[in-house]
Amino acid sequence: MISLNRVTRIFNSRDGDQVTALQDVSLEIGRNEFITLVGPSGCGKSTLLRIVAGLILPTAGRASIGGEEITEPRAETGIVFQAPTLLPWASVLDNVLFPLRMMHRIDSTSTDKAMALLKLVGLKGFEGKSPRELSGGMQQRVAICRALVHDPDILLMDEPFGALDALTREEMTMELLRIWSERPKTVLFVTHSITEAVVLADRVVVMSPRPGRIAEIIDIGLPRPRSFETEASTEFHEASQRIRQLIFGTRHVGPGRAAA
Amino acid sequence: MSVQAAPPLDERQKPPRRRKKSAALYEVVVPIFATIGLFVLWEGACRLFKIPAYLVPSPADIWKDTMAIGPTVAGHTLATFKTVMLGFVVSILISLPLAVILTASPAIAAAVYPFLVWTQSIPKVALAPILVVLLGTNELPRIVITVLVAFFPLVISIATGLLSVPPELIELSRACRASKLSELLRIRLPYAIPFIFAGLKVAISLAVVGAVVAEFVNADSGLGFLIQTSTAFFKVPVAFGALIILSVMGVVLFQIVVVAERVFFPWSSSNTTPGA
Repeated sequence: MISLNRVTRIFNSRDGDQVTALQDVSLEIGRNEFITLVGPSGCGKSTLLRIVAGLILPTAGRASIGGEEITEPRAETGIVFQAPTLLPWASVLDNVLFPLRMMHRIDSTSTDKAMALLKLVGLKGFEGKSPRELSGGMQQRVAICRALVHDPDILLMDEPFGALDALTREEMTMELLRIWSERPKTVLFVTHSITEAVVLADRVVVMSPRPGRIAEIIDIGLPRPRSFETEASTEFHEASQRIRQLIFGTRHVGPGRAAA
Repeated sequence: MSVQAAPPLDERQKPPRRRKKSAALYEVVVPIFATIGLFVLWEGACRLFKIPAYLVPSPADIWKDTMAIGPTVAGHTLATFKTVMLGFVVSILISLPLAVILTASPAIAAAVYPFLVWTQSIPKVALAPILVVLLGTNELPRIVITVLVAFFPLVISIATGLLSVPPELIELSRACRASKLSELLRIRLPYAIPFIFAGLKVAISLAVVGAVVAEFVNADSGLGFLIQTSTAFFKVPVAFGALIILSVMGVVLFQIVVVAERVFFPWSSSNTTPGA
């Protein structure tokens, strides 16, 4: 579905230096696969996501969807950002319809589609509300509907639950799994949370910074459907531990044994 | 170890509701009583200390003398009002496209911005007589002065508003392959509404100032003209009357902008700024 072949992206910083955000990243993502990207800040996760979205072009290498090179934003991708960034003047329904309006693809079935999505994320009856009447978690659900309204094959999520409180975040993680099982999509999900990365993914792509590259790809064989109980299993802990090692190294952090 | 499902938190996280009715009552009743109290104090002080009317007239004197030439004062008020409104409307017509151009291209912004600052650094009172020579003794120089005084804060606030859009929304617009025009009309301009109204509030107040400045230099009518001529003939109560009408005009026009924002754009965040 998505194919990245030795993708490199270099940014020119303001003081003239060149920063390598991504170096030689190669990744094959299958149809309806759930991939999470995890890694410390500055490892190029968001850059990778934006390359797949067609918002940024690679400096070198090739990124393609279904064999076609990504040279501009494509209709088969939908994006969810860290902040819901809903339009404050528009109702929930109009916010969901917004991408269709911008694409001039709005028709008589659009409202039904949007209503079905709102029902899917548990916001039935909220379509006429204004975004500021909703909580952070509800706003992010609207943002997910907005990303799905044009029925994309690929859902790109850039730390979508990063701005939510810890409890809402756990709730939304399970919600997303439920939505994904009802509407299977290829998902590329950027996160800072190791727990989130493991519980969601078919494969976790662990990235390391300066320059951003893939450290390891970990298969998560945990059975689906997953629940909060999944996090108690041995395999979950092994995978989490492996990711922690990759990100933090084998540092011992404890009393009297801080940085060597 | 099993983890229980977190209860839905949505109810708890609801943002606070809008202001209650009693607060609105305070907003209206307290200022009215404060104003009445001030006038009573003024009247009392004038009578108690026998202050001559050619220095500080009492509210009663002001009312009597101003009403005595009521139709004339009304004519002057209308003339000033016309200048203020024309200046205000022209300011909006200039500021909106200017702000759009300034934010669209860094090169144009770099070229135009020094001139904008330059127009602001010129003292308008000094410019007024020159404009009269240039444009003739008619309405035009007065409107130009009013615009010069009022438009700058409007351009700055609209430009700030157009740039305040979250970058994610711009990315979303690009991801939808929307044109720059629909990005402007559907995202940037609506996002700028609170900023535009903040600018309009400043601009309408400054338009009153600008109109009076222009009338001081060149006019045969208007409240500024009335103040000048009546002080020249020591009709101080009339000058005070004109002054009060001017301030009332400023407050009323300001409040009209505030109400327009609340009615047409109830979601606008500048509704919560002080004074609004």
